Amino acid sequence: MPRVKVARKSTAIDMTAMCDVAFLLLTFFILTAKPKVEDPSKAEVPASSKEVTIPDDNVLLISIGQQNKIFLSFSGTDVRAETLKTMGEKYKVDFTPAEVNRFSNTEIFGVPMSQLKQFLSTPTGDLKSFEQRGIPADTTITNELSDWILTARKADRGLHNQDFHFAIKGDRREQYPAINTVISVLGHQKQFKFDLITSLRKAPSGH
Amino acid sequence: MAELDTSGGGKHKGGKVRSKKSSTRVDLTAMVDLAFLLITFFMFTTTLNKPKAMNLAMPDNSEIKNQLPVAATRTMTILLGGHNKLMWYMGEAGKSAPTVDGYGPTQLRKTLIENGNSVAASHAAPDNFMIVLIKPSDKSNYENLVNVLDEMSITNVKSYAIVKIMPIELEALKAQGLLQ
Repeated sequence: MPRVKVARKSTAIDMTAMCDVAFLLLTFFILTAKPKVEDPSKAEVPASSKEVTIPDDNVLLISIGQQNKIFLSFSGTDVRAETLKTMGEKYKVDFTPAEVNRFSNTEIFGVPMSQLKQFLSTPTGDLKSFEQRGIPADTTITNELSDWILTARKADRGLHNQDFHFAIKGDRREQYPAINTVISVLGHQKQFKFDLITSLRKAPSGH
Repeated sequence: MAELDTSGGGKHKGGKVRSKKSSTRVDLTAMVDLAFLLITFFMFTTTLNKPKAMNLAMPDNSEIKNQLPVAATRTMTILLGGHNKLMWYMGEAGKSAPTVDGYGPTQLRKTLIENGNSVAASHAAPDNFMIVLIKPSDKSNYENLVNVLDEMSITNVKSYAIVKIMPIELEALKAQGLLQ
């Protein structure tokens, strides 16, 4: 009897299509990925069971960390440039176009007006070791933080005709007076709704 | 002189010199492996990066209007002290002794549910929900505040507010050593 011969097939698969798809997806993810900005406040956020996602753009974020230091971050390079120009006029500081450009590309900052020029002239590589003193703030109506927020809001309204979404990111060990200062600064500007950024904690299954 | 002999053996000696036909197929396995590894990396880094938040609405304290009288027996006041401890009392300040409590699920959450139930039982509907006043002292930290706000949403407290602490309440905290 003749033996039935199993046809031997090659185990090599054509990977061209798979490779195409893989690189297409890779390109997509690389392009959509946002570079993570180093947070100078190093705030360790407390946990909560709420999971509201804050929007991606048009957000004004106030970070509090490192012993009551306040850092500010708001979206829009044009808004940032406009804000710096107005703040320069108000505080009688002349900013060169290079400094304005640099500021418009700075995601987050936490320096008083007197330190801002020095901050903007520091090369990007040395910024990690640059000691940011925090934006000065108190519970009165006029302070630097309040001016920054108000100017940024005006710039956002003027350029994009929209209003910022406010978010507060605080270190969990931060004492309440520091948080209260920020809340009252926003309160003076009639902003009473904001998001507290928290990390996610699993909600209890039943109670 | 210094040339490498690339011909394989001496098979074709004397025959025609033929150029070798090599396959144009490249082994893509390693390339695909690498691509998928990178995809996995970018997928995880992009999706897990979204910050989560809890929303908070503070009362507009610039002008006082439309204030409704509310029975004091429906209010529960929580005083946030230092050392991760809190005190709470029902009704008006100074009339009932505050109780010292912690932030854990078996402590504050249990208290909130119990008090909410007793308020609901002793008042007529529809105004029988509990009102919670959160009064943080200067010694409490941000995590304490977020914890309490979180408990509000977990225990479905409909009406709560962050209010400035009063001197009499600071005294009560001080008496328990929670103001250090």
